[in-house]
Amino acid sequence: MEFIRKLKKHTKVSFLNYGIVIAFYFAVQIMAVTGHLSNSLKGQLIPIVSYVIVALALNLVVGISGELSLGHAGFMSVGAFSGVVVSMSVADSIPNPGLRLVIAILVGAALAGVAGVVIGIPVLRLNGDYLAIVTLAFGEIIKNVMNCLYVGVDGKGIHVSFKDTASLGMAADGKILINGPMGATGITKLSTFMAGTILLVIVLVIIQNLVNSRTGLAIMAIRDNRIAAEASGVPVTKHKLIAFVTSAAIAGAAGALYALNYSTIAPKKFDFNTSILILVFVVLGGIGNMTGTIIAAALLTMLPELLRKFADYRMLIYAIVLILVMIATNNEKIRSFIRGIGKSAKKEDGANE
Amino acid sequence: MLANLINGISLGSVYAIIALGYTMVYGIAKMLNFAHGDVIMVGGYISFCSITYLGWPPALAVLASVAVCTVLGIVIEGLAYKPLRNATSLAVLITAIGVSYFLQNAALLIWTSNTKVFPNIFANLPAIQMGGTQVAPVTVITVLANIVIMVALTLFTSRTKMGKAMRAVSEDKGAATLMGINVNRTISMTFAIGSGLAAIAGVLLCTAYPTLMPTTGAMPGIKAFTAAVFGGIGSIPGAMLGGVLLGVIEIFGKAYVSTQLSDAIVFAVLIIVLLVKPTGLLGHQVREKV
Repeated sequence: MEFIRKLKKHTKVSFLNYGIVIAFYFAVQIMAVTGHLSNSLKGQLIPIVSYVIVALALNLVVGISGELSLGHAGFMSVGAFSGVVVSMSVADSIPNPGLRLVIAILVGAALAGVAGVVIGIPVLRLNGDYLAIVTLAFGEIIKNVMNCLYVGVDGKGIHVSFKDTASLGMAADGKILINGPMGATGITKLSTFMAGTILLVIVLVIIQNLVNSRTGLAIMAIRDNRIAAEASGVPVTKHKLIAFVTSAAIAGAAGALYALNYSTIAPKKFDFNTSILILVFVVLGGIGNMTGTIIAAALLTMLPELLRKFADYRMLIYAIVLILVMIATNNEKIRSFIRGIGKSAKKEDGANE
Repeated sequence: MLANLINGISLGSVYAIIALGYTMVYGIAKMLNFAHGDVIMVGGYISFCSITYLGWPPALAVLASVAVCTVLGIVIEGLAYKPLRNATSLAVLITAIGVSYFLQNAALLIWTSNTKVFPNIFANLPAIQMGGTQVAPVTVITVLANIVIMVALTLFTSRTKMGKAMRAVSEDKGAATLMGINVNRTISMTFAIGSGLAAIAGVLLCTAYPTLMPTTGAMPGIKAFTAAVFGGIGSIPGAMLGGVLLGVIEIFGKAYVSTQLSDAIVFAVLIIVLLVKPTGLLGHQVREKV
């Protein structure tokens, strides 16, 4: 116990987060063995893990770097479709599904990271709500471009077109991988819950070490006071870009994991509403708080399923819960009321002693 | 070419009317009201129901939807946004998203997901010949409505007591309170006007594009928000200019480049404008003080 007490506060929080993820993994495994795991929950495990990862990535931008991004689904989309293309085009040369999944996730992360650089350099010059609207615009552009994207593979390699499947000019043995608005079809499912959990732990290691490093401190200094940080010699654009690109790459990895869990995936899955959904996870979990983000993303992904007995009313209830939670956690009167209850309870404890 | 231009201006006028609501609310409450697009949808449904089910004349139906949306705007503001007056802008943004989900799903329960076909309320007006192209009456009326609303709003904010109060609150809330302005009532009033305009926009939008679904308002809402930023958020002429330009760019993109990529073109133009002029076309440059 003495050993735990000596640890730094952020190290404790980091280990708490690893603990939560690993505990969740084993809890699910135990439920599966004892037969308590319902089919609907089983089908949601990989989406839950993917959304937790994207939410962590967005928290790096919104919470740590202090920039509002409304287009993170776009990075997921880039990662998802590049991951699908890679995993399907190397299917013959690499028979091992685990290795293929790793390659797909890495390529997805790399391409989403490139998209992050391309978008980040112009976007990060802007501030506040203007930055938010430009990320929204980029998210919509990515969705639109993906809607017009046709990719096929044959003996000669990968063909890409923005017009239709006929203009791909493929050989007779060719296979269409991405079919415009229909998206990718006939995907071999590669994602497993275990692979997702491992990816989640790796992402946690990356994010938590980045946040607690010198670079992370510089990023937070810029968030708290850009002018003061700049005057102290912190390169602003460089650090903002580090946070943004890391976040984009992680979102891409999560996108690849998510897409390889389904047999078909369409570009409209990653639209503005998905970006907003991820933002809701981050804000409800607590901006800048990784533990909160993990719990909020997991619970809120499951919530529509848990509310199933309300049938048609479940999304309505979801909306009301969202509004009430925001008001309860942000209204000064209610907060001081809750704080008051806590204080009086403590006082009573003191009186009893 | 001329036909495309007219269509573009007409679509842009609808965006402009919606963008006015966005821009006024942003100017005064400094919040992005993402539920605004869904108020448009409610406006569309109310006038659809009063025309189709109750058999009311179109003019009365429009008035009814304006009345319902105005009340809806005040209720939303009072229940969801007022408790968060001093909260962070992100908290208010998420609440607005919650309201948007609520309106969409309530509409889904009341009117189901089946597409409703909106009646052509200007069917007995003749089409107008202009330079060899036929212009539908709804196009002309949309453009006229936009101009009337624009002039009325400008007069309202510059001449009336309430309008001046609105401008004062948007400049400096604290100072406005000290001058005896009721800030809460002013903000409610802004929401009322914005939502009433959204109802008019809803009727015009549904007449021009006669399909009505619970998600009808979402995309025009985002586009109008883009238009408001494009013209400089917080500025009334900016919203008008941004809306019309956006509509024209969208229609020309559809006609000459690609139907599927027209939205991408609209957003790309927005990004370029914001990179060159970060506060939008007519926005005020606010100096950053150390």
